[in-house]
Amino acid sequence: MMYQLSDLADVIRSKNSGPYELTFDIIFKTQAIYEAVIKSEAINRESFAALYGIPHGDVMEIVHFDPAKAIKITIVRPICSGDLRETDVYGAQQHVPLMAFSVKMEDAC
Amino acid sequence: MRELKILSPTAILGYGFPMASWEEGMRRKPDVIAVDAGSTDPGPYYLGAGISFTDRAAVKRDLAVMIPAALEAGIPLIIGSAGGSGALPHLQWNREIIEEIAADQNLSFTLAVIPGDIDKKTILSSMEEERISPLHPAPELTQADVNAAAHIVAQMGVEPIIRALDENAQVVLAGRAYDPAVFAAAAIREGYDRGLAVHLGKILECAAIAATPGSGSDCMIGYLGGDYFRVEPLSAGRKCTTLSVAAHTLYEKTNPYILPGPGGILDLRETVFTQETDICVRVTGSRFFPSDVYSVKLEGVKKVGCRTISFASTADPVMIAQIDEITPAVKARVRDNFSGMDDYSLDFKIYGKPDKPGTSGIFAASSVGIINAFPAGADSNLSPESADCAVPPTGADCAVPGATPAELAIIIDAVAPTQEMANTICSFARSTLLHYGYLGRISTAGNLAFPFSPSDVKMGDVYAFCVYHLMEVANPCEFFPIEYIRLGCCI
Repeated sequence: MMYQLSDLADVIRSKNSGPYELTFDIIFKTQAIYEAVIKSEAINRESFAALYGIPHGDVMEIVHFDPAKAIKITIVRPICSGDLRETDVYGAQQHVPLMAFSVKMEDAC
Repeated sequence: MRELKILSPTAILGYGFPMASWEEGMRRKPDVIAVDAGSTDPGPYYLGAGISFTDRAAVKRDLAVMIPAALEAGIPLIIGSAGGSGALPHLQWNREIIEEIAADQNLSFTLAVIPGDIDKKTILSSMEEERISPLHPAPELTQADVNAAAHIVAQMGVEPIIRALDENAQVVLAGRAYDPAVFAAAAIREGYDRGLAVHLGKILECAAIAATPGSGSDCMIGYLGGDYFRVEPLSAGRKCTTLSVAAHTLYEKTNPYILPGPGGILDLRETVFTQETDICVRVTGSRFFPSDVYSVKLEGVKKVGCRTISFASTADPVMIAQIDEITPAVKARVRDNFSGMDDYSLDFKIYGKPDKPGTSGIFAASSVGIINAFPAGADSNLSPESADCAVPPTGADCAVPGATPAELAIIIDAVAPTQEMANTICSFARSTLLHYGYLGRISTAGNLAFPFSPSDVKMGDVYAFCVYHLMEVANPCEFFPIEYIRLGCCI
């Protein structure tokens, strides 16, 4: 089955982690969905880099955080916060591409 | 071990709190009140300009409640990252507010003020001794960046605050501080576990944001025991759940398991979150591992120019369809008209285009290589090729066919070495865009709708982060001298 991330998660958010990093949190609706998404390996360095049009090497970390049934992705911020051509100083509105991200996985719902 | 109670009234000093929640917090007889005032989130301007991103009247309102209550209860009030960025002008700004409150309410108490500014000589000599390292992905520090910096601060740990408490300070006003430090200092001073104290501080620094529903302007209380801590909100209708507290641990962090700070690492790999009551979460297993060498994080910014902006919109479908050809043509016209003036940046921020994800905003900005395109200082030689972007936005390729938006918002953004030059570039770009003769134009009286007169706004100085590095220190208190001020009448 194909799912959109926005159907699987309660929270999809982005934020600066310091001025040089941007971090994304995806908090899933249930433990079963969280585990199924991890098992699908849909969210990985390559797919995330492709989604945002950034080099693979700029994906710094992808962490599975069991206590919050969350996947956290941290990337090199495309520009340092507040530099010229900035459009989102806090980095809080960069989550939108993730909402429509497709995950192919076994039915966990 | 008795429980130490830490009251966090609000996520950022000046964000406020309901009095009912505050009074409930004080009824619990806290041992310390702590509040964080700072963040780098609002960008480099506030540290550079020495201005607080929070409002003065709002900060005074919060402190006018907290200070007399802390004095009456005989407990310390600790404020971290004064004025938002925690440099000397911010500290002075907040100190004056505290002095006003002392005078207004006829209060007498000892105020400890702990600046966290680091002078350039210290940083340059530390660089020579290889005691400074970049926090990846920040670039290596250069002498030019240090010399160009407007302010450089270091995030203090708990140690200078503990020293101020040892000297019986009743109110501690700290410059730039590691966010959890103001919450953890009193606990660590009394011998509580450092890992638990710092983790509790990480949660309390955002007050009720870690509750559900979350709020940045409501109180939270933490209870620290020998091998656990508990957190709970103080407003009816909010609760802490294992999910809300664990999720907060993710917030604004790179890796939620390993959290580096002054003097060591907070390790949450064995942390367990347990629902104790309907509204209270108990946490165990958080550990602190001191590092071999104590390091503090430096933050610094430099001025890169001055900005003038103009806001406008267009609803004309003929213009909207061509916007990605029109703005580069306007940039070329500006460049041609002011050919002797090549050290500016002109950007059109266009809102409402149906861009593909990842091709707009900061992700598009990165693809045109604008980073560090605009160095400051006397030797600055701004490249018009990079600073005045001639590359059309990548969104041009990505518009969804047929999905013409009803209206586009356009911000003309000019940055130049002086305000006058920024005004000139913005003004000329605005008038050129207003009357630009694009293909098939029907509305020949003007291309833009302006909501305001004047149409152009002087934004003043523009800063950029240039220092974000770790500096090794011989002693955690080395660069954080404490001044004690006796306010009010003498005893």
